[in-house]
Amino acid sequence: MPNISVTLELKSEVENLLNAYAQCIDDDNLEQWPGFFTDDCLYQVIPRENHEMGLPTAVMWCDSRGMLEDRITALRHANVYQVQWYRHLISNPVISTDDGDTFNVQSNYAVFKTCNDGESTVYNVGRYVDVIVRDKGVLKFKERTAIYDTHRITTLMVIPI
Amino acid sequence: MPVKDRSIDELDWNDPTKIPFQVYTDESIYKLEQEHIFRGKTWSFVALESELKDAFSYKSTFVGDVPVVTTRDDKDAFHVWVNRCSHRGAEICRERHGKSEDGTFTCVYHQWAFDAAGECVGVPFRRGHQGKGGFPKDFKPSDRPLQKLRVETLGGVIFASFAEDGPTLEEYLGPEMVKMMKRVLCKPIEYLGVTRQYINANWKLYTENTKDPYHASLLHLFHATFGVYRSTMGGGAEVGGPLGMHSLLSAFTIENEDKSEYEKGDIRTYDTGVKLVDTSVLRVTPELDPVFTNHIQSIFPSMVLQQIHNTLAVRQILPKGVDQFELIFHIFGYEDDTPEMRAERIRQMNLIGPAGYISMEDGEATELVQNAITADPNHHSLMAMGEDGDKETLLTESVLRAYWKGYQKIMGVTKS
Repeated sequence: MPNISVTLELKSEVENLLNAYAQCIDDDNLEQWPGFFTDDCLYQVIPRENHEMGLPTAVMWCDSRGMLEDRITALRHANVYQVQWYRHLISNPVISTDDGDTFNVQSNYAVFKTCNDGESTVYNVGRYVDVIVRDKGVLKFKERTAIYDTHRITTLMVIPI
Repeated sequence: MPVKDRSIDELDWNDPTKIPFQVYTDESIYKLEQEHIFRGKTWSFVALESELKDAFSYKSTFVGDVPVVTTRDDKDAFHVWVNRCSHRGAEICRERHGKSEDGTFTCVYHQWAFDAAGECVGVPFRRGHQGKGGFPKDFKPSDRPLQKLRVETLGGVIFASFAEDGPTLEEYLGPEMVKMMKRVLCKPIEYLGVTRQYINANWKLYTENTKDPYHASLLHLFHATFGVYRSTMGGGAEVGGPLGMHSLLSAFTIENEDKSEYEKGDIRTYDTGVKLVDTSVLRVTPELDPVFTNHIQSIFPSMVLQQIHNTLAVRQILPKGVDQFELIFHIFGYEDDTPEMRAERIRQMNLIGPAGYISMEDGEATELVQNAITADPNHHSLMAMGEDGDKETLLTESVLRAYWKGYQKIMGVTKS
């Protein structure tokens, strides 16, 4: 399989997407979050343990932009949880492409969580495995899988990773 | 009198509708529970058979505080032993799950080896070297097996008990609970994975949550917001087992349901006009008999068998000290699922687990209680709804009262 070299320009474009995604969540602009995905997409947050054993159980699983919107509708209108903020740190993105149109990207993430008591904790650590495509000229996630190492989730997970 | 000094026998709980907060906050009561409940005459969930598919596969977990390993041997028998070497007490199995290639389990410390049943099959340098050292001549490895638990299975679920002379699993569960477990465990099941949560509250608060039909439409606003569950639906609360420690909450849709209590507008977020784009998570494809939307079966002390819409899971409650527990969802389907049904189950996983639309609040609710009661162990909660023995209403706390009555007996509380 040919592996087309990744230009600095593309690298920077991908990194912009990864960073804008994280900032969208951390800034609580969650209504914008589904817009980072193509209409037909797959987003999942899955424990590393299941991923490695080939088991499908994920804690969040959405295969359309509509299901992503529903996550936010439930978070805003239905679910009950204490006030909390995320802070994502994203690092070490590695990009590869076979055809110059579809980009396979893996990066590390750490999400710190702060609640009303003011204590910040390392809430969820893992890696993103992404399939990124160009949709009307803009890079979007066709697939985004957050595979988390922190398999004991503290209390609950309501905000997407 | 310093409140902390009260023993479990001195607690003021003659009134069955009042539960003293100290039972959720007292370290000495927690230790007594480990002895009387988890290491007593009870049965604890340890694994699904389909987590251990191959000969010599294993899974490590806990019964109460005690680390245990469940194994499948090469004759398809299951064994459970304490994960503690019979030599010097080291943890033997360090992985959560896996498979032993040669059928032995070896402690890394001095390489004592055990078979899947927990028998000691190898002791290095047993006779010493060149006539010196080694164990005494009359020492036999077979005299040092691992500590074994009794094992029984029901419908693909493996249970273990420390009690050598306790009831059988079916006696312990009672006929009503067995019958209803078989409603869900009606054909071969397939393990689909796990989710794990750590919750900062006493484990019994979660047990209560699974016996409490009152909260379901009130805490879990997703239910009411999207009209999938109301306390005015058909359903019931049933108690089971010789001590009344187990229970089943069931709910089903009925014709001509009277929803007026919700429509009056006193209940938060009922029918606000908020809609989901993808309503497949709200669907219940009928597959079990009778058809329930919710089947929440609490098997004391450590297990909850659930069917919520088309999701199926065994939840496991592991106490981790007086004010912490781990909650594990073992999610499964049936071996004969069609690809469409399997896809439906995967979509509906959004309903359950730590990020589940209708389960995420349960852990937080138990923390709200723990946070607020810790300073005042001599106060009490109130569980006065409904009549004892209520079966056909979701607006009752009768199941909780039955539970606490059984708890007092099992803990050997001497006062009436």
